[in-house]
Amino acid sequence: MADLLANPWLRGILSSVVLATGVLVVAAWATWFERKFAGRMQNRIGPNVVGPAGLLQPIADALKLLRKEMLVPRKADAFLFRFAPGFALFLTLAVVAAIPWGQDIYVADLDVGLLWVLAMSGMMLFPLWLAGWASNNKYALFGGMRAVAQGISYEVPLLLSAMVPVVLAGSFNLRTIVEYQSVHGWFAIWPPGIGVIAFVIYFTTSLAEAGRIPFDIPEAESELIAGTSVEYTGMPYGLFVTVEYIHTWLSSAVATVLFLGGWSGPGSHIWVVGLCWMLLKTFILFAFIYAMRWSLVRFRADQLMHLCWKWLVPITLGLVCLAAVWVNVTAGGR
Amino acid sequence: MTFSCLQPPPLPDPHIDLDAYEAGADLMVLNLGPQHPSTHGVFRIKLVLDGEIIVKAVSYPGYLHRGVEKLFEKLTYAQVTPIVDKNDYLSPMINEQAINMVFEAGLGIEVPRRARWMRTIIAELQRIASHLVAIGTFVLDVGGAIGGGASVFMYTFRERELILDIFEELTGARFHYNTHQVGGQRHDVPLGWDVKIRAAMDSIEKSMDLYDTLTSKNGIFRGRSLGVGVLGRDLALQLGLNGPVGRASGIDLDLRRDAPYHLYGELDVQVPVLTEGDCLARFRMRALEVRESIRLIRILLEDVPEGPIAALKPSKGPTAVKLKDGQWYVGVESPRGELGHYLIASAGANKGMSPYRLKIRPPSLHLVSLVPWLLPGNSLSDAIAILGSLDPVMGEVDR
Repeated sequence: MADLLANPWLRGILSSVVLATGVLVVAAWATWFERKFAGRMQNRIGPNVVGPAGLLQPIADALKLLRKEMLVPRKADAFLFRFAPGFALFLTLAVVAAIPWGQDIYVADLDVGLLWVLAMSGMMLFPLWLAGWASNNKYALFGGMRAVAQGISYEVPLLLSAMVPVVLAGSFNLRTIVEYQSVHGWFAIWPPGIGVIAFVIYFTTSLAEAGRIPFDIPEAESELIAGTSVEYTGMPYGLFVTVEYIHTWLSSAVATVLFLGGWSGPGSHIWVVGLCWMLLKTFILFAFIYAMRWSLVRFRADQLMHLCWKWLVPITLGLVCLAAVWVNVTAGGR
Repeated sequence: MTFSCLQPPPLPDPHIDLDAYEAGADLMVLNLGPQHPSTHGVFRIKLVLDGEIIVKAVSYPGYLHRGVEKLFEKLTYAQVTPIVDKNDYLSPMINEQAINMVFEAGLGIEVPRRARWMRTIIAELQRIASHLVAIGTFVLDVGGAIGGGASVFMYTFRERELILDIFEELTGARFHYNTHQVGGQRHDVPLGWDVKIRAAMDSIEKSMDLYDTLTSKNGIFRGRSLGVGVLGRDLALQLGLNGPVGRASGIDLDLRRDAPYHLYGELDVQVPVLTEGDCLARFRMRALEVRESIRLIRILLEDVPEGPIAALKPSKGPTAVKLKDGQWYVGVESPRGELGHYLIASAGANKGMSPYRLKIRPPSLHLVSLVPWLLPGNSLSDAIAILGSLDPVMGEVDR
């Protein structure tokens, strides 16, 4: 067995299959969790019929979607229309590859892991825009345009706030960032002020990136019905929903890695404990996103832009400078 | 002959000439509705957009037209009540009261005090129920069906359920009650009804504070509704608006206070008036009115009059009510404004058993008439918020 795993090809394939499956299971379970959670917040019970406590509801939903016909509108660009959901799923799974879930649990240990993660999640604009354009529907077009405008704007503060841990840890490698935190403490706490503001801004902008309330403007149901996915039916629609859940989960995971010390925690030298720490921290952020989702209303597109360009970008620029100063003053603890 | 003082000042022009609009602009026509989830029923608006900014809005109501007014001319007076339940389907009780009040005016009969007491309480309960829906759906429009809006919507429906329970105990129905008849009530107050109402009022008052925290004290919500879709007092007057939307624009008119009916003359109805005229003011106005209704109901419950609940003997069938020639108009304060019924009765129409003509003045029609004026200049997102803040009921607009 150990010999088999030593083969880099086999190891790569095996680990990607395991992680991709794991992430898809998490996404399916996340739909159940969200519906249960939202139910509790709204004095409802939530799904409780399919399986114990409704746990099999995601499977029932997936089966329903699989059995549905995939309709392509007559004047839609059929190739791009079919291509977009798969492309979206590909991009999200590509992000998973670079995230270290434990000290030794990762698919790829990239030296520029953070850049890969941000680039791949930044590319998520393309499937949304493709879907919006190819649907040949005005509501979808609006959704696509809003997605692009929002994504491009929020990419800037997202990258800048992610630069703070990079400057502090002196590396783009996500594992190095976590290991640095396990020695020197979480970036969300230390250095005082800089870290916590960067964390809050990173978390906020990643919500915008993942299109979650209060930033779910591209799919604003009350005005655009479902935005980019308005013409989709069956499993392609299901893929968009899945991607959204995975994206939210990954945003939480990256925020955990960058600011909350990733897998580090008491007893994290044992790989299972480390994995549990990582999943627990990610889950707390994830649950927080849903608590926000079910209690806030959404911004308007222009308010979002004001917030981004007039507040978040200058603040994050300042934070990066402060972090650089901090590293030089304290010699970075190195 | 013209009276210059009666001439309205010129209105803003909603019928903008699109050919004269900015030469290089790439205008796009977006059809909002009639199946759009945020149009509160089947209502179609044709929007001409420049980017996301609305240049022109044309409204097309009529998808829910049922020919109610024509139907009235075939039905006897006793058969009309269940039909009007379906007009303003968020406040059926007030529809029933309004139409029976115009028949009572025609007959010239005095409704017994106990029945008037019941009608007052029912009207206020219905007002709360209707405003709860308006509050919930407005936050739903601003916050999204899958988001914070849905939470407030669920909460308001939970409270509305309490009122529906109270009505169910009284009438046996939850939505289309048919409990009012010419000259009084059909069902008497059930035992222990006041205890139930008091408990419901306490519960609703408590949750009104929760809604405040989730909405008008929330920064994002304020940002979405403050200063959006400002309706000036002049325009509101010229379009004949009253009710919560008019009062949010500074029109100090409430028929409960200014032309009292039922027992309102004995009550000191406090009419809240706001002058901002934006979406937030309209939203806050409804919340204030709910609190005022709760106060009125508590006062009413202190003194329960005894006596009969109907002036006429129990209806012997559809022929029981006959009207002579005449014309009557009765307006009541519905949750959306003045709900008026104009009755022309004729002894010749179906032997005096049916109205010759019964015209409804639905407040929602006047709300919908605001669309071409309020929407242009706002973004698509704001258009939905404005439409939600007006809270029209299409069943009443199209009739």
